[in-house]
Amino acid sequence: MKITMHGAATALALGLAVLAAPPAMAQSKDTLTLGFTLEPPHLDPSAGAAGAIDATVYANLFEGLTRIDENGAVQPQLATSWTVSDDGLVYTFKLKNGVTFHDGTTFDADDVVFSLDRARAEDSVNAQKQLFAAIDKVEAVDPGTVRITLSRPEGALLFNLGWGDAVIVAPESADNNKVSPIGTGPYKFDRWVKGDRVKLVAVDPARQIQSVNFRFIPDPSAQIAALRAGDIDAITNLNAPEAVIAFQADPNFEVSIGSTEGETILAMNNTRPPLTDIRVRRAIAHAIDRQAIVDGAMFGFGTPIGSHFAPHHPAYVDLVATYPHDTAKARALLAESGQSDLKLTLKLPPPTYARRGGEIIASQLKDAGIAVEIIPVEWAQWLEQVFRGTNYDMTIVSHTEPMDIGIYARDKYYFNYDSPALKAVMDKLNATSDPNTRNALLGEAQKIVTGDSVNAFMFQLARLGVWRKGLKGMWRNAPVQATDVTGVRWE
Amino acid sequence: MLTYIVRRLMVLLVTLIVASLAIFVVLEVLPGDPALLVLGIEAQDDTLAALRAQMGLDRPAPVRYIEWIGGLASGTTGISHTYAVPVSELIGERLAVTIPLALIALIVSTLIAIPVGMFAATRRGRTGDYAVMGFSQVGMAIPNFWFAILSILIFAVALGWFPASGFPGWDTGFATALWALVLPALSLALPEAAILARVTRTSVLDTLGADYVRTAHAKGLAPRRVLWGHVLRNALIPMTTIIGLQFAFLLAGSIVIEAVFALPGLGRLIFQSVSQRDLVVLRDVVLLLVVFVVVVNFLVDVAYSMIDPRARRAA
Repeated sequence: MKITMHGAATALALGLAVLAAPPAMAQSKDTLTLGFTLEPPHLDPSAGAAGAIDATVYANLFEGLTRIDENGAVQPQLATSWTVSDDGLVYTFKLKNGVTFHDGTTFDADDVVFSLDRARAEDSVNAQKQLFAAIDKVEAVDPGTVRITLSRPEGALLFNLGWGDAVIVAPESADNNKVSPIGTGPYKFDRWVKGDRVKLVAVDPARQIQSVNFRFIPDPSAQIAALRAGDIDAITNLNAPEAVIAFQADPNFEVSIGSTEGETILAMNNTRPPLTDIRVRRAIAHAIDRQAIVDGAMFGFGTPIGSHFAPHHPAYVDLVATYPHDTAKARALLAESGQSDLKLTLKLPPPTYARRGGEIIASQLKDAGIAVEIIPVEWAQWLEQVFRGTNYDMTIVSHTEPMDIGIYARDKYYFNYDSPALKAVMDKLNATSDPNTRNALLGEAQKIVTGDSVNAFMFQLARLGVWRKGLKGMWRNAPVQATDVTGVRWE
Repeated sequence: MLTYIVRRLMVLLVTLIVASLAIFVVLEVLPGDPALLVLGIEAQDDTLAALRAQMGLDRPAPVRYIEWIGGLASGTTGISHTYAVPVSELIGERLAVTIPLALIALIVSTLIAIPVGMFAATRRGRTGDYAVMGFSQVGMAIPNFWFAILSILIFAVALGWFPASGFPGWDTGFATALWALVLPALSLALPEAAILARVTRTSVLDTLGADYVRTAHAKGLAPRRVLWGHVLRNALIPMTTIIGLQFAFLLAGSIVIEAVFALPGLGRLIFQSVSQRDLVVLRDVVLLLVVFVVVVNFLVDVAYSMIDPRARRAA
C-alpha cells in the first residue's frame, strides 16, 4: 500500500512539475554518456558470458595481465613485461608497481594467483574456462613476479589472458563484484540505476572525462532519438544500419564503420543427410550471393568472407572467390549428388542479420532448387535445440568470439564437423608462439575449413558507431567486446 | 458489507493459489536452460553443472514450488539468476517507475475523459458532441506507441523540453524524475481518455433519460445539481468498471511504452527475464500482475457497492 500512496503523491505533484522549468540537461565536457542496446545482467566479467558486461567494465574498471587493443594486438597491462621458456611451458610476468584496487587494497602477485585459480577452479562459473585449460599452476615468485606453468604449449596464452574473463580481482572483494565491482582500472564504479544506466567515475581527478555513463536503451530508434536530443553522446554499435545514411549527412555527428570479430555464417549440420555430402554443402555455398545479403539485410555494411576468419587479421587469406555465386553450378552439383526436391529447415535466432539475412538466403536457395522452411527461434531455444541438441539442418549466427577458428577442431561442436587434418594443424598452432608460424598455420586452417565447405560463410559483421563531433579516441573496431574509454577525450 | 468483503477475499486467495500453480507449471515446461544462457556457448559441462547447483535447479520441482510459496508467505523472494540480487529488490525498483506511470496516466485520462464525456452528452447531436466524438475516434485509432514516437520527435528531439528516453531515478530529485515520466504518461493516457470519454458520454446519456432525472428537474433542481448529483453518480458504475480494467491494462500496456521510452519499469523486467530464462524473477512478477488484476477487480466490486447500495444486497 505504501507504494500506492507514494504513487498518488507523485501524481498529485504532476501539475506543479508541469509548471516548473525542465531540469538542466546540458552535458558539460567532463562527462561522457554512451548508449547501448543491452544492459549487463551484473558487472563481474569473470562470471558470465554476456558481452554487455565486458562492454561496460573491460579496461575501464577491470584490468588483466595483458590487454587487447583496438587492432586486436596484445599489449601489457598489469603485467609490464614477460618471458617465455624455450619449451613454451613457463611464462614469467613482471607486474606493475604501485597499483591499488578501488577499495584501497594493494595489487600484487597473490591477487593474480587468486584470480586465475578462481577462474579455473572445480566449482568455477567462468564462462570461458577453456581459456585456462592449459594452465597447470600459477605461483607468486615474489610480490612483483608471477610464474604460470602450462601442462601443454598454448600459443594463445597471452591473448587469452587479455580477455575480460581473465581480469584480475582481489580476494577481499571478488564475491561482490557482480553488484559493486572493485578493479584496478582508471575508472571506478559509482552507481547502477537498474534498467537505465551504470555510472563510472575517474580515479584520477586530473582526467578530462571525470564520469562515464553507460545508458541502456533497447530500441534502436529510441537510441537514435536520445542521440539527437543530446541525452547521449555516442552509440558504439548501432543496430539499425538503415539509419546510418542520415547520420552521415548530418554535420553534428561522426559515423564510424569498423569491423567486429563476428563471422556471420550459414551453419550446416554436417552429420545430417544430405548435408553429409560435400557436393550439397558446396552447392549451397555457390547458391548464396554474399554481396546481395550484405546489401539487402545490412544496407551494405559488412564484408563478404570466404572462411571463418576476420578480414582485418594479419593471418587472413581471401577465400571469397572459392565458391562464387553461381546458381547453375549449384544446380549441377545438386544433380551430381542425386538430390532432387531438396527440402531443408533454417532456424533463425532473433538478431537482424539472421532474420533479414535468412529471408534472402531462402530465396537464393530456392533459385538453386532447394526449398527452405524458415523457423524463427529465440536465443534460449537456439541454444538448446541448435547449439546443444544439434537438432537442425541450417542456421544463421554470428560467431563474435575473437580468433575462434579452433571451434572447427572441437569434438561435438554444433556443426558436427570432424577433420583430422584440421586437428593436426590446430595442435601445431597451440604448440607455437612464433607469430609468423602461427599466421601460416592459421592460413592453412582457413583453407581446410573452406575446402570442406563446412558452412556457407557470409560476411563479417560491421560495427557501426555514431558519435557527436569532437569526441576523439573511440574504438572503430571491436576485437573484443569492449568499450575502452580510457583513451577517449573531448576536443 | 463485511461478510461480502470476507467472501470476496476468500475467492481472491483461491484464485492466487491456482494462479501460482499454473505459473510454476508453465515455467517448468518452458524450454531453455537458464545456466546455458548465463554462461553462453563456450561454457564447459562442469561449469554449467556448478552454476545449476548454485541456482538450485538440481532439486526436484515440487520441492522448489514449496520453497517458492513458503518463501513468499514468509516475505522472502529468491535470488535472480541473472542479476544476482533478491527479486523483491528488483521488483521494488521497477514498481517505483511503473506504478507512478500507470497512476499518472489513469488520473490524467480520467480528468480529461469525464468532463469531456459529460460535455458531449449534454450537447447531444450538436457541434460540440460531434467534435468530441470525432476526436475520441481518432484518439482510439492511434496506437499509443505511435503517439509516443511522435511526442519524442516533437518535444524531445526538436524542442528539447524533455529527455528522449530513460529514467534518472527518484533519488536524483523529484522534479527531474517526474519530468522523465511526463511524455510516457501522456502517451499512455490519451488513447485511454478517448475510450473513457465515449463510455462516459453513453452512460450519462442513458441516465439522462431516466425517470428520476425528470423528477429531479420537475422538483425544480438546478440543472447543474441534477447533472453532478444525480446523473453522474448513477453513470459512474459502468465508468468504474472501465477505469478498473484500464488500470490493469495500463500496468501491462506500459510494456510497449516502456520500450519506446527505455524506462526501467516492470514491463522491461518481464521482457528481460523471459529472454534470459530468469524464472525466479519471472514467476514473482507474473504472480504480482495476477495480484494486481485480482485486487483491482476486488476494489471495483467494493466500489460498486459503495456507489450503489443495491449491489451489496444482490451479492
